[in-house]
Amino acid sequence: MSLLKVEGLSKAFGGIHANEDISFEIGQGEILGIIGPNGAGKSTLFDLITGYTRPDRGSIRFDGQNIFGLKPDRVSRLGIGRTFQKLKPFTDLTLLENVMIGAFAHEPDIRHARDKALEIIDFVDLIEKRHHFARELSTGQRKRLELARAMATEPRLLLMDEVTGGVDQKTIPGLVALIRKMKDAGVTIATIEHNINIIMEISDHILALDQGQRIAFGKPEDIQNDQRVIDAYLGTVDVA
Amino acid sequence: MASMLKQALREPVWHVNGRIAFALVGLTVFLLLFPLLDPGAFYLHLMILIFMYAVMSQSWNVIAGLSGQISLGHGMFFGIGAYTSSVLYLQYGLTPWIGLLLGMLICGVIAVMIGIPMLRLSGHYFAIATLLIGIGCQVVFQRWEFVGAASGLWMPLTEESSWSALQFHHSKAPYYYVFFGFFIVTYLLVWRLGRSKIGFRLRAVRDDAQAAQSLGINVAKYKIIAYAISAIIMAPMGSLFAQYILIVDPDRMFNIEISILVLLMTVLGGIGTIWGPLIGVAILIPISEYSRIYLGGTGGAVDLIFYGLILMLICIFRPAGLISLFPKHVLERERQR
Repeated sequence: MSLLKVEGLSKAFGGIHANEDISFEIGQGEILGIIGPNGAGKSTLFDLITGYTRPDRGSIRFDGQNIFGLKPDRVSRLGIGRTFQKLKPFTDLTLLENVMIGAFAHEPDIRHARDKALEIIDFVDLIEKRHHFARELSTGQRKRLELARAMATEPRLLLMDEVTGGVDQKTIPGLVALIRKMKDAGVTIATIEHNINIIMEISDHILALDQGQRIAFGKPEDIQNDQRVIDAYLGTVDVA
Repeated sequence: MASMLKQALREPVWHVNGRIAFALVGLTVFLLLFPLLDPGAFYLHLMILIFMYAVMSQSWNVIAGLSGQISLGHGMFFGIGAYTSSVLYLQYGLTPWIGLLLGMLICGVIAVMIGIPMLRLSGHYFAIATLLIGIGCQVVFQRWEFVGAASGLWMPLTEESSWSALQFHHSKAPYYYVFFGFFIVTYLLVWRLGRSKIGFRLRAVRDDAQAAQSLGINVAKYKIIAYAISAIIMAPMGSLFAQYILIVDPDRMFNIEISILVLLMTVLGGIGTIWGPLIGVAILIPISEYSRIYLGGTGGAVDLIFYGLILMLICIFRPAGLISLFPKHVLERERQR
């Protein structure tokens, strides 16, 4: 049974079809990779699922429940966490406080929330930075902060928007290892990625978008050989 | 790495800075004993104003500093608190203590009613709305016959000093202790609030509302909670001040200057910090009172010119407020809890 099932999801901004009739599903415990050139509608898709943008039509079912058009905080409380492409740490708070705020979702008691936050910070390998302000952290560390903060809300599904984007090359393997570690911890994951090698390596299924349309959805080996994907996206990688 | 986690888990959740705690206890004891030193009416009056504005600025600090919503009409809750207890006392003989509690309740309800439509809006709409509602309130009370319209209401003097009527004729010391009690309780509660689930969620809303939502936080609900708490803190100061000067009138109780002063004092001391409002008040109130003494009357508004100058200097040199003058390591350690 799929954890998330999206059918015919559409959103237009004026005349621009940001998402047009998008359908896919994510199985329990899987990693779904989402690829596509800039402007393909990947982040819009996340915004539609998590309620930051209201979809025009379609259906979104999470664990059998209709979540179409729910507000972001409701979606979060139902068990869908997310990170943002443009990072949104609470800059005037410490790393620990950032993650505690996530932990408060299930732990009203401050001591328990603190302990839980520390364990998750240790999980993302940032324990020695716990008392640093978010603004003092590097981009790679802030990505870990966002993952830890989202993890602290105990999501069953985690949507990651370009976790490996904008960080230097040597930081990437650690972040990829972290995504695997999260999967092993039982979290179902959808991740937007530009790095095609990473996406092929970690994904159980891949959803390819181009200009708001779904151009392919399937196993990594099928996607690799799909002519439309090659034309829209992979081809340009080869040229580069 | 595992040992690092164990060590982190053993750290206290609240880090108490011994020297700061010692200084605070010492200050509290001194303030408790202060009236016994026979300081004279002027210094008691000065301290009463400091306690009162410290609470009022802290009230503004909760909505603006903790949740990031700028209210420009916060004096309105001061006025409503003042009128609630005064009208109930004059018309129905109800003790101002009950009136004070009812004023808090009314202000909390009004804050929720304003907050539900206004705090859903983002940007500057809330600031504009509170400014206009604050001014509107003054106009309403200037024309409302039942509460004395423009000339206001005078509290008749009781024959004897009385705790139930909250009037003390021979000494300002009882007023001093009443304001001091509210000051201590307010600061303890707000300190506690800042270290609670609600406090952290409010900071999240302030720093990034979208990120807060992604963590399951209902942003509008938390802004409304902060506004209501803030209003409830402000209200009793109006009730107590009315009993202190024994007159309520719209020009005094709904003076727009109150809304500006609480903002100015908090920003001067350090917005979003527990001690910032107190520091700002402890500096501006004496300046204001002394300028009145030396320049006569209302001080010729020289204090306001001076405030403006201070505010400009703060904005340029110390945007985080005077509290940022304290050694950084003290503040950082204060945060490690």
